[in-house]
Amino acid sequence: MEDSISLTIDGTEVNVERGTTILKAAEAAGIEIPVLCYFAHTTANGLCRLCVVETEGVRGMQAACVAEASEGSVVHTDSPGVQSARKTILEMLASTVDLSEAPELHKLMQRYDAQPKRFEGGKRRQPEMIDDNPMYIRDYAKCVMCWRCVQVCAADAQYTYAIDFSGRGFNSSIGTFFDKPIPQTTCVFCGQCVGVCPTGALKGKREFLFEQGVAPEDIFQVTRRNGKNQRSLKGPHLDRGG
Amino acid sequence: MTTKTHVFDRETLNAIVDGQSESGRTALIPALLEAQRAFGYLSEELVEQIGQDLRVPLAEIHGVIEFYSMLYRRPVGETIIRVCTSPMCAMVGGEEACTAACDHLGVERDVPSQDGRFMVEAVECLGLCDHAPAALVGDTPVAGIDPREPASWIASPEEAPPGVVDGDLRWLTARCGVIDPTDLAAYERLGGFQALKDAIKDLQPEDVVETIKKSGLVGRGGAAFPTGLKWEYTAAAPGETRYIVCNADESEPGTFKDRALMEGDPFSVIEGILLAGYAIGAKSGYLYIRGEYPRARRILSEAIGRVRDAGYLGENILGTGFTFDLEIRSGVGAYICGEETALFESIEGKRGFPRLKPPFPTTHGLFGKPTAINNVETLCTATWILANGVKAYRAKGTEKSPGSKLFCLSGDVERPGVYEVAFGVQLQELIDMAGGVTGDLQAVLLGGAAGAFATPAELHLPMTFEDLQAAGLSLGSGVVTVINQERDLMQFLVSLAHFFAHESCGKCFPCQLGTQRQLEIVGRFAEGEAKKGDREALDDVGFAMTNASLCGLGMTAGTAILSAVKKWPELMAD
Ligand SMILES: Cc1cc2nc3c(=O)[nH]c(=O)nc-3n(C[C@H](O)[C@H](O)[C@H](O)COP(=O)(O)O)c2cc1C
Ligand code: SF4
Ligand code: SF4
Ligand code: FES
Repeated sequence: MEDSISLTIDGTEVNVERGTTILKAAEAAGIEIPVLCYFAHTTANGLCRLCVVETEGVRGMQAACVAEASEGSVVHTDSPGVQSARKTILEMLASTVDLSEAPELHKLMQRYDAQPKRFEGGKRRQPEMIDDNPMYIRDYAKCVMCWRCVQVCAADAQYTYAIDFSGRGFNSSIGTFFDKPIPQTTCVFCGQCVGVCPTGALKGKREFLFEQGVAPEDIFQVTRRNGKNQRSLKGPHLDRGG
Repeated sequence: MTTKTHVFDRETLNAIVDGQSESGRTALIPALLEAQRAFGYLSEELVEQIGQDLRVPLAEIHGVIEFYSMLYRRPVGETIIRVCTSPMCAMVGGEEACTAACDHLGVERDVPSQDGRFMVEAVECLGLCDHAPAALVGDTPVAGIDPREPASWIASPEEAPPGVVDGDLRWLTARCGVIDPTDLAAYERLGGFQALKDAIKDLQPEDVVETIKKSGLVGRGGAAFPTGLKWEYTAAAPGETRYIVCNADESEPGTFKDRALMEGDPFSVIEGILLAGYAIGAKSGYLYIRGEYPRARRILSEAIGRVRDAGYLGENILGTGFTFDLEIRSGVGAYICGEETALFESIEGKRGFPRLKPPFPTTHGLFGKPTAINNVETLCTATWILANGVKAYRAKGTEKSPGSKLFCLSGDVERPGVYEVAFGVQLQELIDMAGGVTGDLQAVLLGGAAGAFATPAELHLPMTFEDLQAAGLSLGSGVVTVINQERDLMQFLVSLAHFFAHESCGKCFPCQLGTQRQLEIVGRFAEGEAKKGDREALDDVGFAMTNASLCGLGMTAGTAILSAVKKWPELMAD
């Protein structure tokens, strides 16, 4: 094949098309690399770094979800260094955010023997749950900052631009314009953000109420009656051409 | 504070945003800055209007305002007093001065005074380390602020002098302090703009690239990448539009050499940008100056005006057919925007998130176009090389680190300042040049917050890229912070850790989370409250940040602290 390259991943030789990520190349070789922020339907940004691998002769580690496989390279996806980095990242995350509704992460924590306890007592991100609209709740104490919701709300899907970031560094969060309630933003209640959230930080209001033990007929009352004509008329509405 | 509607007059705002909707997103941050200057702060109503005028989604403008320390969406004092509490100033009373200012005005940090006239902030390094402890009072840099007399420097702040510029090889700094920095005729009399004239009249762009390649010049912004290669790659990248960007974000704690060059010899910075622009085939360039450098910005705007009037900028420069223009952009309080791709994002009007690399700026830079981005000192050195020749340049320094280098000496030396020397002088000689250590030497931080500590046993080290690297140290941007025995090294480490926690952009997990955990652990050790296992946890956090982070900030956020515990294990024994 003209445009095919060959590399070695964990001792296995793999042939893939040029431009394939290390993550996909490993998949082709039957090797699974853990991911968190990576999501097939949004632009990969290489944020969580759980997917890091080592490549012989290259300094530091590469995020497999975005790094291209290169001809002749020798990649290690589970070296002691890689394991240590993944373990520490998971521990720091679990000591910051409520991961109680992220079972996938729990599995990973077990696999890497993560001990979040050693970071106990440090700052956590635990803002109050926001219940400001009839369609979904936002419990950012569970938010891992994977960016998926922001991406689907913007150019990866909906072009609605209702949510973006607040703060910086450890104090980052997902926010709205001047922290306004969702009904006062450009949100069109498409529900895509809820669908992509991996940790239960965004949750359909019905599911939330149901979990709280609210009867289905009462749920209908809350979610259908209160949300009419609340969409903000201010600001550019890119879905309507600005 | 009452929550009344923020009044702003539409006409003034019109003047700010008029005609800008065509330029798109890149007009956003300049518009926000101007609006803030005109109306005090960025209220909801004001931002909504700007968003509509520039057609930028409101949530994204919110994200931008939230990212940058110098943009405010709540009322602030008319005069903001920014007191540096980064290591170099903290060491000599920065924290105390900040507290004293608050007490004097009867305010808390970050809260405007009752009469609305003042607001006090503790900020990261202001690039005034030669004047430590220092503050920025409004737009006035103030030196040696006295914690005992806050009234004097708050009420009538006296502008700090330019600062010491010295050394035994005055190439780039030859004109600093000698001529009026904005006197174009004086610059020309001393040989200025001759290199540009020669280049655009007699040399092909590839000749200029070749000269810089032969000189062995490597970048002075910290990464030491060969400048000639960078220009060659950019020139060769496909596409019509190319950019040259001068990185004057200079926010690495302990670094103030670019400030000295911009304030002392602005024309050589401009000449360097023009030469680089010519070499790579760019028609326009940007000069990104950190927001905390109002004086450098003022001097450079004035200098650019003079240069334009004299015909060195604009269409058909000196009748050669070379067309080039240059725009200044202001940083808004974010160290990460010194990282090249974050800087592009910032010019593009976005949060300063570093991009994934590859692709590299030489093919996908500013606005996605091929871009060469260079440090101020790098460009001034290029100007010098093109004026004086490769042979003269290589006559000093070493084979691998040829030429001259500006070092920023701060901390416990007799005469802090910028010292220009040939690469290869010993650390000891450099310290002696600055009048020697005041007190007994404890440690030297080389390369800034992103660097590493040297011990008193390492003073014989030659200051070159290769020698420092071999010793496990780094030259970085040329920071030499001297720390005497009276200083509390642990407190120094705490303020380093604080710097990174404050400046992490938050994009990738190892750095976003790790800088905070590192700060907590170092803080516990400083307070004598370390838990069992903290030392190991610190190592692990450092390892994860160094190896798994997305950009250079995270990759170096643990190095200085880890180097300190390696050299002085007793600092953080379990
Ligand atoms: C966190 C961070 C901050 C940086 N800050 C600066 C800076 O203030 N000035 C600078 O010239 N380079 C800075 N750099 C390096 C730039 O990314 C880039 O390498 C440099 O501007 C290239 O110019 P040079 O080749 O002339 O050194 C920084 C890098 C990182 C990772
Ligand atoms: S709310 Fe959910 S989808 Fe959005 S960034 Fe947080 S974890 Fe990711
Ligand atoms: S290393 Fe730090 S500064 Fe760089 S992208 Fe990651 S969070 Fe941002
Ligand atoms: S899955 Fe690759 S960085 Fe998150």
